Amino acid sequence: MNLLIIFIGAILINNFVLSRTIGICPFLGVSKQVETATGMGLAVTFVMTVASAVTWVVQTYVLERFGLVYLQTVAFILVIAALVQFVEMVILKSSPTLYQALGVYLPLITTNCAVLGVTILNIDSKYNLLESMVHGFAAALGFTLAIVIFAGIRERLALADIPKPFEGFPIALITASLLSIAFLGFQGLL
Amino acid sequence: MVNFIKEFSKGLIKENPTFGLLLGMCPTLAVTTAAVNGLGMGLATAAVLTASNLLISIIRNVVPNKIRIPIYVVVIATFVTIVDMVMEAFVPDLHQVLGLFIPLIVVNCIILQRAEAFASQNGILDSIADGLGMGLGFTGALTLLGGIREILGAGSLFGIKLFGEGFQPMLIMILTPGGLMTLGLLIALLNYLRMRRTA
Repeated sequence: MNLLIIFIGAILINNFVLSRTIGICPFLGVSKQVETATGMGLAVTFVMTVASAVTWVVQTYVLERFGLVYLQTVAFILVIAALVQFVEMVILKSSPTLYQALGVYLPLITTNCAVLGVTILNIDSKYNLLESMVHGFAAALGFTLAIVIFAGIRERLALADIPKPFEGFPIALITASLLSIAFLGFQGLL
Repeated sequence: MVNFIKEFSKGLIKENPTFGLLLGMCPTLAVTTAAVNGLGMGLATAAVLTASNLLISIIRNVVPNKIRIPIYVVVIATFVTIVDMVMEAFVPDLHQVLGLFIPLIVVNCIILQRAEAFASQNGILDSIADGLGMGLGFTGALTLLGGIREILGAGSLFGIKLFGEGFQPMLIMILTPGGLMTLGLLIALLNYLRMRRTA
């Protein structure tokens, strides 16, 4: 039951992009087409789930055991960077087709604050290993949901007649704002 | 000295990281619920940016090209940890409010972008000037955004009440949608002013 609450909560109520505003850069940067947005979402989902598990293990069995908690930020960012590199190599060897689809987005994920954000949130919320992984997975699904919806809207926006000063970023931000108001509606769900 | 001033001043307005280069959106939107939060976040980022620019400029000739990005990230993460500890010790209330977003300074694209695009190719003094200018430009943008949202969403500025009892604050302005909306409208306004000047 607890896992279900974490799962639903991370996707809809505390949606990373639209409610916590974590991971805005790729949300605005890689959302011009639905297809690329889906690819980015899948890559992020994979990395965030694995990163949640690995950083939890590092925090519990290395940092806390040896009293190195103050190194958390440095350790986590290194784990994530190494993980992304590793995932890239595995995908390249095992499935060149998938690599073709995700390849360009993988290096970008290191600087996606959603990944570092979810790992720190896991520790701050005192989740156990399973809860951390569910939270990481659900938060990434929430990110994917938001970026795919947003890309769908932007594909339409590209054809719309927009006043000159609003073209590009401003209209995207205002669209994201309206989308975020829609997600406010989920607040009372749990 | 002329160069120092030039590198310092470009980040303030012309190449302002928030309004010009559109970098570092996450903290920009998340912590600007009040002017003082924006100011605190901006200054923390400016401190990290200046320190990391300085160190990266010093080691720029020693770092092997292939692994420079991981090295930059470790340098940045170290300074973020220092800033995190200093803030927890001296301004615990602000540290509480900014919370998660202090460690997230590590992945703020502005810092890595300045390291890669400027500090790794320029001398120490210029790099410090660049870091200070960009950092203060970021601080200004965050304080402006926080100020607007605080006035509309809470009816105060830096915690001082501006309006009488009858004022109904627009709660939405201090929620996430308000941040996205304010930033979108501000950039549109700047675009409009820029177009009018060139036309």
